[in-house]
Amino acid sequence: MKKLAENGIQPHDAEMKSDGRKWSLMEKLLLGLTLDQYLQQVVRNKFNWLLALIFAIGIPLIVYRFIFGLGSVTHSSYDYPWGLLLGFGLFCMVPLSASGFMLGTSVELFGRHDFEPIERLALLNGLLGYLFAVVYLLVDLGQPWRLAYPMVYSFGPAAVLFLVGWHVATYLSVQLAEVSTAFFEWIGFRRGYEFIRKGTVGLTVAGVILSTLHQGALGALFVYAPGKVHPLWYSASFQWIHFFVSSIPAGLCMVICVSTVVIYTMKWRCDQRFIDNLDRITISLAKGAAMGLITYLFIKFLAVAHDNEWAYLTTGWGLWWLIEIGFGVILPLILLSIGIHHKNVNLCRIGALVTVLGVLLNRLNTSLITFNWHLYQEVPHILEVIISITIFAIYIMTYRFILNRLPILYQFKSRADA
Amino acid sequence: MSKITRRKFLAGSVAGSAAIAMAPTKKAFGANLEGFPDGMGVLVDLTRCVGCRSCEAACNKEQKLPEPDKSFDDFSVFDERPHGEHRRPTEKTYTVVNRYDQTKTEPVYRKIQCNHCNEPACLTSCFVNAYKKTPEGAVIYNDKVCVGCRNCMIACPFNIPAFSYSSALNPIIKKCIFCYDTRLKDGQVPACVESCPQQVMLFGKRKELIRVAHARIRRSPGKYVDHLYGENEVGGTGWLYLSAVPFKEAGFNVSLPNEPIINNVKDFLAIVPMVLAIWPALFTGFHLLSTKGKSHGHGEGHSHEEQEEH
Repeated sequence: MKKLAENGIQPHDAEMKSDGRKWSLMEKLLLGLTLDQYLQQVVRNKFNWLLALIFAIGIPLIVYRFIFGLGSVTHSSYDYPWGLLLGFGLFCMVPLSASGFMLGTSVELFGRHDFEPIERLALLNGLLGYLFAVVYLLVDLGQPWRLAYPMVYSFGPAAVLFLVGWHVATYLSVQLAEVSTAFFEWIGFRRGYEFIRKGTVGLTVAGVILSTLHQGALGALFVYAPGKVHPLWYSASFQWIHFFVSSIPAGLCMVICVSTVVIYTMKWRCDQRFIDNLDRITISLAKGAAMGLITYLFIKFLAVAHDNEWAYLTTGWGLWWLIEIGFGVILPLILLSIGIHHKNVNLCRIGALVTVLGVLLNRLNTSLITFNWHLYQEVPHILEVIISITIFAIYIMTYRFILNRLPILYQFKSRADA
Repeated sequence: MSKITRRKFLAGSVAGSAAIAMAPTKKAFGANLEGFPDGMGVLVDLTRCVGCRSCEAACNKEQKLPEPDKSFDDFSVFDERPHGEHRRPTEKTYTVVNRYDQTKTEPVYRKIQCNHCNEPACLTSCFVNAYKKTPEGAVIYNDKVCVGCRNCMIACPFNIPAFSYSSALNPIIKKCIFCYDTRLKDGQVPACVESCPQQVMLFGKRKELIRVAHARIRRSPGKYVDHLYGENEVGGTGWLYLSAVPFKEAGFNVSLPNEPIINNVKDFLAIVPMVLAIWPALFTGFHLLSTKGKSHGHGEGHSHEEQEEH
């Protein structure tokens, strides 16, 4: 695409062509290129070759899993019923998707319109993260075709998972509505856009409620397993709030990371407003993340004090806990603080990446690594790892497909502007 | 009887909005439940078990489980250590007997199966209500509604439920159901209890069994450890154990709380209705506060400088 731009070809970004005709849907899908140009740039991109390789191996494996059952791609562990597919796919993807409600709240509820250039990216990040968490779940469930049972057929309202199921489903709908404004602009359905915009405040408030509850509920799921999750990672009273609070820096930092990737690899798609504002917004998001991290650090130690678990800190597991806190919370806190103080955007970006990795480590620690700490350690089956990577690759491909087309990184020029 | 009405009350609460239905949860599980008054149980006296595996064979036959890999008179299974641990119930075996070698005394044999908790963690963690605690004391499972999420396996403090991972089309949870369908509901003794040549197991009303167990401890204080495992663990279990060696030496999890597992989750369940009730007003309020006197406009010609410093 960069090469095409040098040759003076403009990507599709407005309702009308420069000569006043409407773009057809096919032209929109091809980004305003001819089919030849489009295919050439697809083949030219080395990253597409990597994706193709992953799909060539991974997609047959996913089919294989549905034909021969979960046992064919996992270790069929009775002691570790939740493996990598949920440990990574559900428990990691969801906190990284907290960006949608964070930025939605800032812009729409708190009136911080200075965040607007990145709001749609944050909303899309939220929507896709949740969507693919559900994809991971569908691959992992024993009987995925019964996914809707807790909604329509058989209710277990006292279970935390019931709450997670309902809230993820409703929140997905809310996010779909939030992101649909971009889609309506793109296909030129003005009335749909205006209809959704009218309900923005309601949708955003619903987003905050649902996010608070199910980010927390994912933590509360592990409260069912005292004695299985190591005491340092377990807190009957605070587990939900640990998960909720850590999802805030995780979501904000994921947006910083994604926007960094975007600005380096897809600059042609960003409009001047996005490019000009990104550095300022990155610093502001870093401030939010730093505040989230210091709160998280504080309540993590509060939980240790609350259950009087100081003695565990001198054990091997305690060392591992301190490493997680040191690498995943304190280090990014320092990086972000220095970055914010010196207005060093790149340092903030590194800090954001470390924050994301830190939250991933915490979720994997809770769900897999310290789970069953007095039993053996489960190492995921190689096929389970490949399937997890494949789904993540589909996630990246979908993400890029949408960013290339919908007005997420650029403002759509409607007929009135032209 | 109050327990039945509470459970019915809980089920009925779904009628309202399902999300709001979380509200009565706390009330429903709040009281200290002591189980169904006429719930049955089994008292297992580990001092009598010789590890003959007759109960494993009887269970296999009664529940029509697949042929075992090694026959039931093959005692080499006692030396198996899958993943470095003793054997556990699987999708093919609802009960297993293990040998626990002791340093000073003879080895101890222990039978493992579902303990049929008074307040089962599997039941309370299930989001489609597939589990049911029957008035007879059994914890049974409905495979017709199971989604296969395996949350019950996470929640069970005794690591009992197994999952038929090998099935692609109908994988379900496999666990001991106290011979509910074939025996218990007609008041009959479970197959394993009936098969035992050593009378290790005593089947009866749980309340009676607790009395019997304490009487045995009183009568021979030197023989037993002064503890009835399952009387209080995780809110009490239908199956109860007497042992001559400390329970830890017989492979029991001795770090379990006396509270039912669901009690740990109540802190969270309690905040759910509060968030649902308070957040809408709180965040709409924030919105009104922070946008008062400002334009609602989006983007168009907005200046960012004034907010730069935050």
